[in-house]
Amino acid sequence: MTEPQAVAALKLTIGASVVVALLNAVLGTITAWVLVRDDFRGKAVVNAIIDLPFALPTIVAGLTLLALYGTRSPVGIDVAYTRAAVVLALLFVTLPFVVRTVQPVLEELDAEMEAAAASLGASDFVIFRRIVLPNILPGILSGVALALAKAVGEFGSLVIVTGNLPFRTEVASVYVFGRIESGDSGGAAAIAVVLLVLSFALLLAIGAVRHYATRFDRA
Amino acid sequence: MRRVALRSVALFYLAAILVGPLVVVFWRTFQHGVAPAWDALSAHDTIHAFELTLLITGIAEPVNTVFGILCALTVVRRDFPGKGLLNAFVDLPLALSPVVVGLALFLLYGRTGWFGPWLTSHGIRFLFALPSMVVATIFVSLPFVAREVVPTLREIGDEQEQAARTLGAGSWQTFWRITLPSIRLAVIYGVILTTARSLGEYGAVAVVSGRIQGVTETATLRVQEQYENFDLAGAYAISLVLALGAVLVLLTTTLLKPKEEVV
Repeated sequence: MTEPQAVAALKLTIGASVVVALLNAVLGTITAWVLVRDDFRGKAVVNAIIDLPFALPTIVAGLTLLALYGTRSPVGIDVAYTRAAVVLALLFVTLPFVVRTVQPVLEELDAEMEAAAASLGASDFVIFRRIVLPNILPGILSGVALALAKAVGEFGSLVIVTGNLPFRTEVASVYVFGRIESGDSGGAAAIAVVLLVLSFALLLAIGAVRHYATRFDRA
Repeated sequence: MRRVALRSVALFYLAAILVGPLVVVFWRTFQHGVAPAWDALSAHDTIHAFELTLLITGIAEPVNTVFGILCALTVVRRDFPGKGLLNAFVDLPLALSPVVVGLALFLLYGRTGWFGPWLTSHGIRFLFALPSMVVATIFVSLPFVAREVVPTLREIGDEQEQAARTLGAGSWQTFWRITLPSIRLAVIYGVILTTARSLGEYGAVAVVSGRIQGVTETATLRVQEQYENFDLAGAYAISLVLALGAVLVLLTTTLLKPKEEVV
């Protein structure tokens, strides 16, 4: 477990997952806001495709990302076998989480509160920070935790995209897989236990956030 | 202005991450016409891979449906010590890495594992064969039915069930006539999600199957195999079929789901 290759894989996994979770927090919240408060043609379709990463096999997700952002990219962006590809693949598979945890909260949030704040002279930023954000924060947090859990354990979408270069693009789950394939199930188990503990901790965190968010409903 | 700016950000994000890649795969698959894609799909090993995927899904689906309903009924209608723990455990497959799931099976049923020697001495082949692949798939798609049914059961309450009881219905009769009809939609929804997850499972099955071409290779494993052998046409064609399956799942769930609930 203290093997440098394993440590590097774990570091990359956690680093990339945190980056992806933060990106999700921002982009997911914006997407949820647009889906609830905005109105445009084809919104129903956009709303439906959000769940696509849940339904699409992860290996297919990896392959599709590489079709657009790989060596033969039609748009001239080639991130194949780089750490950017790890982030891109993780963004794809975690995309729905924050959107789907924030969206229902925003839907229940009364727009009149925001209108009242605006009539009292609050700027857009103040309205967001003082009124919208406190309400949707538990949703954002549980979405982020779910995204983190998914990102930390992700395997299928990364196999093709990253090329699995040790010390560069090899993530923890791919490292575990490699250990199993080469018959070292002990080495695989050591890292697997770390992943297992991380998953448990994140599940508990999600439970805690839910508990906190429903504190008034339960009373 | 702000509205348009945010809309542009969101739509650009979705286009770049979700829609763009899928469009390119579609285009690449049919770049040289329909014939190469069709040839790739009708290759013997590819057909076998799809059959195997369907077989595994066909077994995992009913098992998880029955388990999911039982589990939901237990969690909602019964009270016992450790109920919270059961509730958390049901969600575990959602948070756990599929590779870890595969490894767990590997360690349990491998040559030196707890059940490995017993299985070998009885001539049962578990790893690198259908049984382990089915168990791995059941594990990863375990939570979906339970997670859909639990909130519905909570919402409908148990008054009707109690009424049925007082009118002399047995528990079996109550389940079939009262409970099941009211959770019907949730069950169907959960089954669809289970199916999607089973069809698309890759990590856990990759570990336990041994990836033997034409024998234990499922559709998703086949995609990787084709890709690694530089048979892009084949990989894209199979991917497209799987992606169409995913779109079908999305369509059905969107049509089934009542407007007000989103998650």
